[in-house]
Amino acid sequence: MPFVTPEFLPALPEILLAVMACLVLLVDLYFGRRHPSWVFLLAQASLVLCALLCIALYPEEPTTTFNGTFRSDGMSAVLKVFMILVTYFVLFYSKFYLDVRDLFKGEYFVLSLFAVLGMMILVSAASLLTLYLGLELMALCLYALVALNRESSMASEAAMKYFVLGALASGTLLYGMSLLYGVTGSLELDRIREYQSVGGEIDIILVLGLVFIVVGVAFKLGAAPFHMWVPDVYEGAPTSVTLFVGTAPKIAAFGMLMRLLVDGLAGVQGDWIEMLTILSVLSMAVGNIIAIAQTNLKRMLAYSTIAHVGFLLLGIIAGTRAGYAASMFYVIVYALMGLGAFGMIIVLGSKGFESDRLDDFRGLNERSPWLAFLVLVLMLSMAGVPPFVGFWAKWSVLREVVAADQVWLATVAVVLAVIGLFYYLRVVRLVYFEEGQEAAPLVCGTDVKVMISTNALAILALGVYPSALLALCVTALG
Amino acid sequence: MAELVVFYCFAAILVFAAFRVITVRNPVHAALFLVLAFFSSACVWILLEAEFLAIVLVLVYVGAVMVLFLFVVMMLDINLAPLREGFTRYLGLGAAVAVLIVAQLLLVLGSDRFGLERVGAPVRRAADYSNTEELGVLLYTVYAYPFEIAAVVLLVAIIAAISLTMRRRPGIKAQNPAEQVAVRRSDRVRLVKMRSESRR
Amino acid sequence: MIDSLVSLAWTVAKVLAILVPLVLAVAWYTFAERKVVGYIQVRMGPNRVGPRGWLQPIADGIKLVLKEVIIPAGANRFLFVLAPVIALGAALAAWAVVPFGEGLVLADINAGLLYILAMTSVGVYGVIIAGWASNSKYALLGAMRSAAQIVAYEIAMGFALVVVLMAAGSLNLGEIVNAQDGSILNWFWLPLLPMFVVYIIAGIAETNRAPFDVAEGESEIVAGFHVEYSGMSFLVFFLAEYANMILISLLISIMFLGGWLSPFQGIFPDRFTEGFPLGPGPHWLLLKTLFFMFLYLWLRATFPRYRYDQIMRLGWKVFIPLTIVWIVVVGVAIVLDVPPWFDGA
Repeated sequence: MPFVTPEFLPALPEILLAVMACLVLLVDLYFGRRHPSWVFLLAQASLVLCALLCIALYPEEPTTTFNGTFRSDGMSAVLKVFMILVTYFVLFYSKFYLDVRDLFKGEYFVLSLFAVLGMMILVSAASLLTLYLGLELMALCLYALVALNRESSMASEAAMKYFVLGALASGTLLYGMSLLYGVTGSLELDRIREYQSVGGEIDIILVLGLVFIVVGVAFKLGAAPFHMWVPDVYEGAPTSVTLFVGTAPKIAAFGMLMRLLVDGLAGVQGDWIEMLTILSVLSMAVGNIIAIAQTNLKRMLAYSTIAHVGFLLLGIIAGTRAGYAASMFYVIVYALMGLGAFGMIIVLGSKGFESDRLDDFRGLNERSPWLAFLVLVLMLSMAGVPPFVGFWAKWSVLREVVAADQVWLATVAVVLAVIGLFYYLRVVRLVYFEEGQEAAPLVCGTDVKVMISTNALAILALGVYPSALLALCVTALG
Repeated sequence: MAELVVFYCFAAILVFAAFRVITVRNPVHAALFLVLAFFSSACVWILLEAEFLAIVLVLVYVGAVMVLFLFVVMMLDINLAPLREGFTRYLGLGAAVAVLIVAQLLLVLGSDRFGLERVGAPVRRAADYSNTEELGVLLYTVYAYPFEIAAVVLLVAIIAAISLTMRRRPGIKAQNPAEQVAVRRSDRVRLVKMRSESRR
Repeated sequence: MIDSLVSLAWTVAKVLAILVPLVLAVAWYTFAERKVVGYIQVRMGPNRVGPRGWLQPIADGIKLVLKEVIIPAGANRFLFVLAPVIALGAALAAWAVVPFGEGLVLADINAGLLYILAMTSVGVYGVIIAGWASNSKYALLGAMRSAAQIVAYEIAMGFALVVVLMAAGSLNLGEIVNAQDGSILNWFWLPLLPMFVVYIIAGIAETNRAPFDVAEGESEIVAGFHVEYSGMSFLVFFLAEYANMILISLLISIMFLGGWLSPFQGIFPDRFTEGFPLGPGPHWLLLKTLFFMFLYLWLRATFPRYRYDQIMRLGWKVFIPLTIVWIVVVGVAIVLDVPPWFDGA
């Protein structure tokens, strides 16, 4: 392979973030005791800087550099900006959560920054090698974040499950990658795709590799039947970490799916569409039906995540550019909604009290009408009720599925979504029509209140005017 | 010819050792068999003229990783009896699934797909060919970006491991060597000048 | 067929030519140790067997060979016997790539330095397995201490070697010596002075010798990993330990003191530094090695034993950062072609 001196400019956001994360680590080491807020402020500043850089460097043309290991295109840029945005919110809620519980640690923010770096590397990977390394970087940070509260045995157990199953998924993914490499003789996704278009007859080993890759990605996404870890991890992890695990990495996983299946394995599209259809239907069924039986809000939201992943896959199953754009829209919207929902648990909690049982939401309207209204917005949006953006997300993927002549799939999805409506509405009922044990008005800081209001109102605004974001997704995918 | 015999010897040892890793009862023995497996695969790599990778395998995995592994296994007194509960109950199902998977993989991954005619034998190099240098050149040019990411992954591993294990627990009596080294005579000894007492 | 047999016989002969002197050297090294330590402590040392005690090693050898090998009850027989074999095997295997003079080497492989590092790191298994297989608390404690210590110092040692290979531009030991050609000021001890010191100290720690011999620690844990060994099996451990000490001394001479190069080169005119006494040759290597072997004994007789946490602190918090910094320094020097050491490569 001839060596070309790489262009560093497209990778500047990643380089900046890596440097800043190391800087945050050093600041924490030397000033962390006396000025803990410096770490937080610096971390947030680096995220903002990185997002601005991503926007400034928005690539007109897809560019590949570092000898075919790094790609910057519209999709990667848009996904990166949203991942950073989501993480910005996450860190804000996290600071509140950690401060209240005396868990504040500089490493929390360092690891979060490195996780974002991993996600960015993941979505702009152009070779199996960088893709895998990005994935591992992200996953390693998340395992550590889940386990960070050593006092809690729940968290340790969740981290253990997450780690073991995550390692299993990585192994599966790697095995699939090794088969792909064995057949095509290259790690670059472009070369792998070329092999399929030139080769004529598709090698059966390629399909075998595809099976392993789809299984690995399904594990990471939390799609049924590879979803076992999701509820336990969501429930066991500190809520601020659940918030993180449930949002930004989903966007990254979508990017990974696009890179692997659409960029790398377009030649066997028929095969992966079949596999994803099974995953999608199972996820929607498992997620929406089991969620009804949950009494813990974090667990319920975990199952809701599984259901949403099923929906997210629908757009990719459509197998068209418009379908991918719809999926991208869905995942971004989902991340914003998840941010609000888990953020609400954090806002309502206090020292020694997690507020993650459904009963804790009883009679919220009497204690704080404004927060109750925000819960209403979030839940209805998640359920996919019309004026909110969740509806548009569901609508756009369903439209693409129908356009791809898979009406039965769309019907199944709609039926399952209606079943899902039940448990979202139950939360709303608890908030508005039930008496709570506690009657004292709720007090929480203005800053988090502003944050959660912005978050929920953004969902409302996007619901009224969804076309801008949808158009962005369509142009990003070219 | 001689090379073929050597290859099959090492390959047989490798397969045997790998098999024993998962079947042997004693975890320390299992770890030692894993060491043997690493060593034999290093030898197979040397036959492939990948001497750098082979030596690094011994250096890193045998010399460092497995030592720490053994360390942990020897310290923990693992009671295997509860782990083996239900072994016979699931044996039938497990064996059936395993046989099925192996059969399926064999059907797909037969030697006609990964045989020599498809992959080709590696090219023999001259004695002064240094694959250490080749690897170095490749790693720092073509694969510079993945290399840097791998470095970041290791950094994160260090940060994660330290932040998970280093807790300030109250009531621990630890020595501070820096303080001990920096100690001065005046910190420890006080010379008191006094007149000698007169004998009564 | 005949050709391959002949070449095999030739190789075996070469192996023996290394091993036999090595074993003899070990035998009299133990004698030297007792004598040197004795004189330092104003004692006589052994002086009964043979003239001035010179036959003492033979007497010791016969005693150890004739003694019964006791395998403790509850010990793992196979591993108990295997452990000293691994220790000795690893210690001797490393000698395969050591050059004794220009071209005087058993296996002239490219990655010689790495090979030595790998073989010395395998040696720790002898210690660990011995400690575990003995089924004895003291042995296990000693094995744990030793394993932690060896792993810690191996990193510093490895980084020091990385600096050497950067300066020499090769992993081949012969080429590392040739890269120091010039004068005594060109030898790597000067440009890599911190690494020289780190390597000497790490080498002592790596071989579990005083003042870093907490793995044996007779006052605390009786004799560490080899408490339960007796007779021949103990002898084998002994042999491995001293072979390793000689190896480290030899490696220090090769990598930092110009191996077989003559110290008079570049100082006297060239025509004096040719031929036997003053020119380059294996005798210089021998002299340098003997010096470091003496250093081992000298340090043992001089310093009290380090505390365990101090050893770990020295390894992890002092040596590793120091070596990493020096890698950067040497890297910059190579890029900037700093004369007189880094302008040629």
